Formats: sequence, structure tokens, C-alpha cells
Amino acid sequence: MKYRSVFDIIGPIMIGPSSSHTGGAARIGKVARSLFGRKPKWAHISFYGSFAKTYKGHGTDVAIVGGLLNFDTFDERIKTSLQIAKEEGIDITFQEEEAIPNHPNTARIRLGDEKGELELVGISIGGGKIEITELNGFELKLSGHHPALLVVHNDRYGAIASVANVLAKYAINIGHMEVSRKEKGKQALMTIEVDQNIDSSIIDELKTLPHIIEVTKIMD
Amino acid sequence: MFRNVAQLVEIAEKENIKIAEVMIRQEMEVTERSRADVMKQMDRNLQVMEQAVARGLEGVYSHSGLTGGDAFRLQAYIQKGAFLSGETILDAVSKAMATNEVNAAMGTICATPTAGSAGVVPGTLFAVKEKLNPTREQMIEFLFTAGAFGLVVANNASISGAAGGCQAEVGSAAGMAAAALVELAGGTPSQAAEAMAIALKNMLGLVCDPVAGLVEVPCVKRNAIGAANAMIAADMALAGIKSRIPCDEVIETMFRIGQTMPVALKETAQGGLAATPTARRLEASIFGKPLNKGE
Repeated sequence: MKYRSVFDIIGPIMIGPSSSHTGGAARIGKVARSLFGRKPKWAHISFYGSFAKTYKGHGTDVAIVGGLLNFDTFDERIKTSLQIAKEEGIDITFQEEEAIPNHPNTARIRLGDEKGELELVGISIGGGKIEITELNGFELKLSGHHPALLVVHNDRYGAIASVANVLAKYAINIGHMEVSRKEKGKQALMTIEVDQNIDSSIIDELKTLPHIIEVTKIMD
Repeated sequence: MFRNVAQLVEIAEKENIKIAEVMIRQEMEVTERSRADVMKQMDRNLQVMEQAVARGLEGVYSHSGLTGGDAFRLQAYIQKGAFLSGETILDAVSKAMATNEVNAAMGTICATPTAGSAGVVPGTLFAVKEKLNPTREQMIEFLFTAGAFGLVVANNASISGAAGGCQAEVGSAAGMAAAALVELAGGTPSQAAEAMAIALKNMLGLVCDPVAGLVEVPCVKRNAIGAANAMIAADMALAGIKSRIPCDEVIETMFRIGQTMPVALKETAQGGLAATPTARRLEASIFGKPLNKGE
């Protein structure tokens, strides 16, 4: 079931005018910011489907940039986010794509700074609820509503078990888990949704495991 | 966990509790939170709804100038006392529009189930508040009842205009409000389900065709009619009228219609009212150029 909480239906509290095109867009932006882990220097945002056709009317552009600035859906600063981004020296560009997406409300965000880049695809499925469907070329399914771990690892036996063992040691329950790879035997991505926030010392421990390349956490 | 309306009604009847209570218990279980915590969050949502209605009734206008002031206009008309329909229904209509006028002006609202359809549920609640004098707790319960029905629609059909048209947004909101109205007025869980079925049936096929892609025209007035529809469906169900087609099948029908609805009529501003000569002129004057050149 896609919707589990009553507050997915009655909520979120948000700046109008559209839960999918404004509220959801802000959430996609905020997940991108959270995954990148710091303020980006630049962001290139592509809109598909209904997003591409109506983003100006719905304020999808200001909302997604508001999210990149780490604003919540109800933050009044969303309205002036493009100005704020400019003042903070973030170079933002938008593109309307003609390609037909799998979901009508799709955005692709590429962002980065001198230290690194990140690319993700988010969809806004209605009522402000979102899913992240692609991260750095890996397919995944992430609601952004639970704390989650994203682990890039070598596609080898034992890698998944070693991560699960560390989580078990700290009594952290896995609510949902997926593994995705682009090619057999190369890099793969574990997406692990958990019930509680994870201490950064646990992240550090996970990073020391064999075959683990990168570990990122997303807070609730 | 309930997966459809039939199960929701069955749980409420078997345990002899309100639908609101079924929803509260499930929320506590699914999210592992205390009752106090869950109630407090819904109370916060209720506060935001109250503030939005109050602000809208004073008269608020969107940046585009397409919408605003109609909630205020209708309240003034009600005050004169010469209306044709009924005071409670017009009050619901006015308060629904108030919320959506605030939404269109990029004000703060609570999505119920979406921002574009945020007027219907609070509009009907605050209108019947004058008549039924509910406690604060009953008003919070109203939102849980509405949410329970909305959850079924969201999981079995859609609450997104881009995926299912306006029937998925204002249609869902009208059904949710109708069911919650029935429970607040003392109706049974199965009467609540009948009200939802009746309200949603009357919204089937409704397209999402926002002029210039803005959540303004016709969204504000569709919330007005969604609220009126919810009030009438609630009264019909309370009178003992039943829907020949069960609520779950109506929801499934809404999903199927949404699947076959052309993309031009699903929040793309390419068809319907958005494609009229007047809409194209408005679009050009708001954005300086037309957003779409049409089909």
C-alpha cells in the first residue's frame, strides 16, 4: 500500500497551491539536499509530463528550489526561494522535457559543487507524497518518509549480510529494503528504510566493512 | 489494516466503535506513536484549516488576479438572507472557497487530500459546526473519519489530478467530507460509506483542466460544488438512501475512468477549460506568452 498514514491524506500543512506540484516538489528538493548533505553550488532541474506543462502556474520551480534550500513544505520562504538561492550563490537552471515519463509528475535534479555531484529522479504521486525512483543511475524506491540508509557497494556476496549484521548489533529494525545494480559484479545500491534515526557512529562503522563504497543516511 | 471501505465499516461495526476510532488506532499501530501524539498532530492540522478559512473569508486575492474575494462575496449574500438554497450549504460553499482562495494566493493550508481540493473537508466541517456544536475532539475525529476514507481511495484509486483527473481530487474530498459529516451527525458507519459512494458517483468523470496551469480556475469553484455535493450526499445517506453500487466499486470505477482519461485532461492545461480562447488569453497575459500551443 502506497499510503499508510492518515497524515498522508489529512496533510501536509503546506504553502499552496498544489500538494503534488508544490508540496511534493518541495519534498523532492529536500531529499536531494539531504542526500547531497550540504548546500550545492549549482542545480539543474528537468521537469517532465504535467510538471513540464504546468510548473510555472503551480510554483513547482520555487518549491523544488525551496527544498534544495532545506525548507519544509510549510516554510513561507518557499515563495521567494529563487531570490534566496541567487543571494546564496546557487546557480539554478530549469529545463522542460518533452519525453513521456512513467509518472506524469516527474523531476530530475542534478546538483553539485567542486567536491561532487548527485543526480536523482523524483515523482510526486499525489497529496504531497513522493518517491525517489533513481539515484546516480540506480533504480530505487524511496518514500522519504522514514529514516533510510543508502549504501553503495561492490556487487559481491556477503556485502548485504555484513550491513544487516551491523544494524542487528545495534537493534535497528529494517522496515523495507531493496538492492539495485546497473551491471552484474560492478557497483550496486542498497536502499534500507529503518524505524529509527541512525547514529553517525554506526554509519562510520558501516563504511569500514569490506566492499562498502559509500554510506549516506536520510533523516525522517 | 483495512484495505477497502467494506473492511473499514466491518471493523467499526464489529468493535462497535466509530470509523474515526478505527483510524486513530490504526495510525497509532502503523506509526508506533501514542494517542496523544496522533491527536495533537491532527489538532495542529485543524488549526491550520481554521486559520485558512478565517483568512479567506476576509477576502484574499491570488497573484494572477484570477481568483479571490468570492468567499467574502458569498458570506455577504448569506447575511442578506435572500438566498435560494440553504444557509448551512452556502456557508460550506463559502468556507470551501475561502480555503482554496488562500491556497491560490500561496497561503498556508492543510492538504485534504490535496491542496487543490483542500477546501471541501474544512468547508463542510466549519459550516455544520454552527449547527451541531461539536466539541474540539469531535472536530478532530471528523478529520480522522475523512482521512480513513481518503486512505482507501488513495491506495485503491488515486488522489492525484495528474493521475486521475479532478474526480480523484475534489471527487475524493467530497466523498471523504460526506462520510465524515454522516458520522459527526450521528449516522452509522455503513451510512457514512453510502454517503461517500453517493458523493463520489456524482463526481465521476470530472477532468482536471486548470486554466494557465494555475490551481485557481476552475478549482476554487469545483471545491464550492464539492462541498455542496458532500452536504447533500450526507443528508441523503442520513435519510436512509443507499447507493446501488457499493462504495468500493465506485472507488474502483473512479480509478478506471482516470486510467482511460486523456492526458490533455489530467492537469496538463492542454484540454478542457484550459484550452478555451479565454483561458489562452488569460494565460498569455499572466505569463507573457502561452504555456502551451494546444494539441
